[in-house]
Amino acid sequence: MTFLDWYREDRLPHIFCAGCGNGTIINCTLEAIEELGWNREETVFVSGIGCSSRATGYIKTDGLHTTHGRALAFATGVKLARPDLHVVVFTGDGDLAAIGGNHFIHACRRNVDITVICMNNLIYGMTGGQGSPTTPRGALSSTTPYGSEEEVFDLCALAVAAGANYVSRWTSYHVKELARAVKTGLEVPGFSFIEAMVQCPTGYGRRNRLREVSDMVEQMRTHAMLIQKRQRLEREGGTIPPDTITVGEFVRRSRPALGVKR
Amino acid sequence: MQGNIASAEGALAAGCQFFGGYPITPSTEVAEHMAAKLPKRNGVFIQMEDEIASIAAVIGASWTGIRAMTATSGPGFSLMMENIGYAVMTETPCVIVNIQRGGPSTGQPTLGAQGDMLQCRFGSHGDYSIIALSPASVQEMFDLTARAFNLADRFRVPVFLMADEIVGHMRERITIPDSVEIVPRKALSRGDQPFAGGEGDVPGFPAFGEGYAVHVTGLTHDERGYPQATAPHLHQELVMRLVRKVESARQEIADYEVINPEAEQVFISYGAPSRTVQQVLHDLSDRRIGHLRLRGVWPFPESALQEFPDAQIFLVPEMNLGQISREIERHVDQKVLSIPKLGGELHTPDELKRAVEGSR
Repeated sequence: MTFLDWYREDRLPHIFCAGCGNGTIINCTLEAIEELGWNREETVFVSGIGCSSRATGYIKTDGLHTTHGRALAFATGVKLARPDLHVVVFTGDGDLAAIGGNHFIHACRRNVDITVICMNNLIYGMTGGQGSPTTPRGALSSTTPYGSEEEVFDLCALAVAAGANYVSRWTSYHVKELARAVKTGLEVPGFSFIEAMVQCPTGYGRRNRLREVSDMVEQMRTHAMLIQKRQRLEREGGTIPPDTITVGEFVRRSRPALGVKR
Repeated sequence: MQGNIASAEGALAAGCQFFGGYPITPSTEVAEHMAAKLPKRNGVFIQMEDEIASIAAVIGASWTGIRAMTATSGPGFSLMMENIGYAVMTETPCVIVNIQRGGPSTGQPTLGAQGDMLQCRFGSHGDYSIIALSPASVQEMFDLTARAFNLADRFRVPVFLMADEIVGHMRERITIPDSVEIVPRKALSRGDQPFAGGEGDVPGFPAFGEGYAVHVTGLTHDERGYPQATAPHLHQELVMRLVRKVESARQEIADYEVINPEAEQVFISYGAPSRTVQQVLHDLSDRRIGHLRLRGVWPFPESALQEFPDAQIFLVPEMNLGQISREIERHVDQKVLSIPKLGGELHTPDELKRAVEGSR
């Protein structure tokens, strides 16, 4: 078997735009699951609403494509009722951090034994490119036509502060690192949160002088900085460029978790 | 035993294994009792961060094939509406106990009302049908909660126990049977499409973890469960089936009590106001005054109205501004007198006797 065997071929073609980064993230996730040797029968994918949340519909397992922002609450019910099932959640920045923000921090606090993969494209993609809680200050979107004036959420910092057992961030450029991080997240008991920065050429790039997909991926490559390097720079008083995407593992710990298979 | 506790006991007797909820007056005793009992029975109790999450967790748990419920009141009920629509669209069995209190908004947290009777029927967006039961005693809090689980599994819909603060906090002696009838959820036959109606328009249930690889979505979907959100024909067929599977089973679902079928003046009631009507019939002891007491309110059992062939007028006391009396008007030619009461108190027997006098 390869990760390709997890897809529903009868659901093709998919709805993602040309150049979208979501497919890369789904591939990395299935690659990690395949490496762990999980069975399709014992794996459940749960998602909310948005481009990222459409992932569940393309995977040949039990899948729950739920309401906007609520995937983690649904997933909590599945996992507590059947701790022997693996529960993986696909979500996005709008789904998770805006309408689902409260469920996010409480799922971290409870440390429910699920793995959450958030495809952060800095925008509401499905509805056509509105500003989200992760749209950078100054960035253009259809609802921030003069540039966003709001500060952003650092989703990883939020997950660490709220109590998740495993937190890491990578990008759609860093496929090997991302797949490894997902694998670790799947293995760590308790709540695992992996933020995957993805390019959205249709909703974000085209409004923010990143018209080519390659420009967006290149931006992620050149602006990524390992957490260890960032911490060293901070210690030494070095400068950290403003558009830096901090990547790597932010926490791995063993706080008491809920819904762990006994 | 208290009504709310009886509801929890009815759920446990029916094999409920999952409760997800959020504290809200006057329903909290249901959650507290489940919190005490479920862990000892290998079940799961979880207090979620709000009512939206509570009903979501219940739906998630139900997809593993177990019986799951929540309990709430007005404000929490309003918060649940979107996910109730999701349960309807995905045909997820679940039981929602609503211990109604005075609204709108925070209203009267500690006093009874029946103001959510139309909300439970129509509160989520789109067209659909659900099942709602209404208990008038502590015994019925037990009995109807237990039945709600059978109906939810039988028809794969959310089933509402539309109680109120008065019945929820009432204390009465009840009989708890050694066992209650449990009609288990029918599993999907291997090879069948997970969302094809089949017999009675209710598909078998493909529980998670059983190898069905079922895709469940709130989007309009085909018989495989795959999203087909832009096909007009498919959407119409799906919604019509979801409505038909409940509406065509009105007779099976109907549950009511008929007193004095030869009566000319007929009270129709459900829930707590039934108690006042019973007192009035007892006091007046007049066979020309009848009583239709509904234990099942939705789908509305309109054939029950035919049980009173000599009826001249229907008198409908409700702790709202006439939510069900309007439904009755749709089905009868006789006069329907709505007797609304707001404020949290029951109608007094004198108030209803005056209505009898005034409508002769």
